[in-house]
Amino acid sequence: MTRTQRVLTKTLVFGACIAPFVLVLLRAFGIAGLSLGANPIAELIDTLGKTALNILLVTLAVSPLRRLTKWNALVVYRRMLGLFSFFYLILHFTAYAVLDLRLAWSTILVDVTQRPYTVAGMLALLLMIPLAITSTRGFQRRLKRNWSRIHMSTYVVGVLAVTHYVWQTRLDLLEPLIYAAIVTILLGERLVRRLVRLARQPGKLNKRESHRGDAEHRHQVPTVPEKTRPVTMR
Amino acid sequence: MRRITRPSQIKPSEITPEAIFMDRRKVLKSAVAAGLLPGTLTQAAQIPSDGEFTNVREWPESVSEEPNSWEDITSYNNYYEFGTGKEDPARNAHTLVTDPWSVEVTGEADNTGTFTLEDILAPHTLEDRIYRFRCVEAWSMIVPWVGFSFGDLLKRFAPNSNAKYVQMFTLNDPDQMPGVRRRTLEWPYREGLTIAEAMHPLTLLTVGVYGRVLPNQNGAPLRLIVPWKYGFKSIKSIVRLHFTDRQPRTSWNMSQPREYGFYSNVNPNVDHPRWSQASERRLGSSLFSSRIPTPMFNGYAEEVAELYRDLDLVRNF
Repeated sequence: MTRTQRVLTKTLVFGACIAPFVLVLLRAFGIAGLSLGANPIAELIDTLGKTALNILLVTLAVSPLRRLTKWNALVVYRRMLGLFSFFYLILHFTAYAVLDLRLAWSTILVDVTQRPYTVAGMLALLLMIPLAITSTRGFQRRLKRNWSRIHMSTYVVGVLAVTHYVWQTRLDLLEPLIYAAIVTILLGERLVRRLVRLARQPGKLNKRESHRGDAEHRHQVPTVPEKTRPVTMR
Repeated sequence: MRRITRPSQIKPSEITPEAIFMDRRKVLKSAVAAGLLPGTLTQAAQIPSDGEFTNVREWPESVSEEPNSWEDITSYNNYYEFGTGKEDPARNAHTLVTDPWSVEVTGEADNTGTFTLEDILAPHTLEDRIYRFRCVEAWSMIVPWVGFSFGDLLKRFAPNSNAKYVQMFTLNDPDQMPGVRRRTLEWPYREGLTIAEAMHPLTLLTVGVYGRVLPNQNGAPLRLIVPWKYGFKSIKSIVRLHFTDRQPRTSWNMSQPREYGFYSNVNPNVDHPRWSQASERRLGSSLFSSRIPTPMFNGYAEEVAELYRDLDLVRNF
C-alpha cells in the first residue's frame, strides 16, 4: 500500500468510526428531525454501547479477515478501530454514570461490584484501559512479545461485553445471542488455529517424553524452532 | 351533553392533543363551578366515531404532575405482540382490528357469556384519570387515561363466592399480530388480579388516553390500568375475563418466574433480580435531570396498602 492509499483509506475508516458519534449528537440535539425518542438517556447509553461493541467485533475480525484474504495491510486499521471502540466505551460509561446516575457514587459502586451485568461491563472497561494505553508503536516496540500477550485480553473483553449485553436484556435474546455467536466464531477461529498448530508439532506435545529418553532419542524427534515473528502478525 | 371544546380559544399552533385536553379540562372545571353542567352525565358511554370522547367526567383524585406528551405515551410501548422494540408497536399495530370487539366472560359468575364492547361500556360513566404509570424497567410516565372502575363492570357479571381471582387474556391472532409468531411470551398474554384488587376503585378499565380513543399500540380498544403495580400487569386489548378460585398463571411469571411475581406491586425495597427498583427515570424530563426515588405502591400506598396488610411483600413480589 502506498502512503497515499494508506492515508486515504485510514481517513475513510476514521470517518466510518466517527459517523455514529455525529449521528448521536444530531439525535441528542434534535437536528434534522432526528431524536433519541421518549427515553433519551437509555437510548444514548444503548447506542453508545452497541457502537463500542460493533467496532470491537470489527477489530477482532481484522486478523481472521487478513488471514483469509491475505491482505496484510488490513492490520494498519486495527489500532484505530480498537481505540474507537474504547472511545465509545468511555462515552457509554460516562452517559451511564453522569447522565443516568448523576455521579451517585454509592449507586455506581453497588452496580459495578454487585449487579452481575454491570460487573461484567466494568471488567470489560478496566481491561480495555491498558490496551488503549499500550496501543502506541512505542509500546509495541518496548514490550515486543508481551505486547501480543497483553493485547490478547481483547478476547476477554469481547466475551465480557457480550455477557454484559445478554445479562441486561429483559427477554428478547435474539440480537444479544447473534453477537455472542459472532464473538464465538471470531475467537473460535483463533482457538482452532492454535490447536491445529500444536497438533502439527509433535515435538511440542511430547516434549516431556522426548527429554526423558537418551540423547539418541532426542535426536530423532525433530524440534521445530520457535519462529520469531514480528509482533503485529496475530 | 354537548361537546365542551372551544377551538377558537386555542391558537392554531397549539392544536395538539395535549392542548385540546388541557383546555377542555379548564373549561369543564369552570363550567361545573358556574353550575352550567348537570351533576350526572346521562349519555351512554361509547367509543366515539371521530375518536374524541365528549361525555367524560373529571376525576378529583388525579395526580397533579403534568402528563407526558401524547408523542411519548403513544410511541414508547411494550406490546410484544407487535415486536419487542419500544417503537415497534407504534409502527406495527395498525393491523389490529378493534371494531367489532367482544369480551368473553367465563368461570365463577352467574352472568357469563360473550358481550360486545358497546354492551360493556353503555351503563358506565367515563372519567379522565391522570395516573402515574411505572414500568418494571424502571421508567415512568404520567398518563391521562379515560375509563371507569373495573369493579363496576365486574359486578354486572355477578361473580360468586368462589371467585377469588380474575384472570384476563389479550387477543392472540397471528394474522393481526406479527409478534405472536415468535414465542417470546406465553400467548395469549394473560394476567391476573385478586378479586379485591380487581374491585378496587383505582383499577381502571380503560378506553382512551388524552380524551381520545386508545391508539392500537396502547392496548385498544379495551385495556386495564392497575396503577400501583408494574405496567405489565396492565393488560392490553382484553378479549376474555375468567373468574377463578385459584391464583391464575400470568405470562411474565410463566416466562421468568424468578423475575416476575403474581403481585408485582411497585416496591422500591424489592429489587428486580438484575436491576434496582429503588429509583425510576421519569420520561419527558431533560437529558440532565435526575432519576426520582420510586414511592411505595407507585405513590398509591394510602389507597391500596390495606390490601396487603397481612402479606409478606418480599416473598410475594
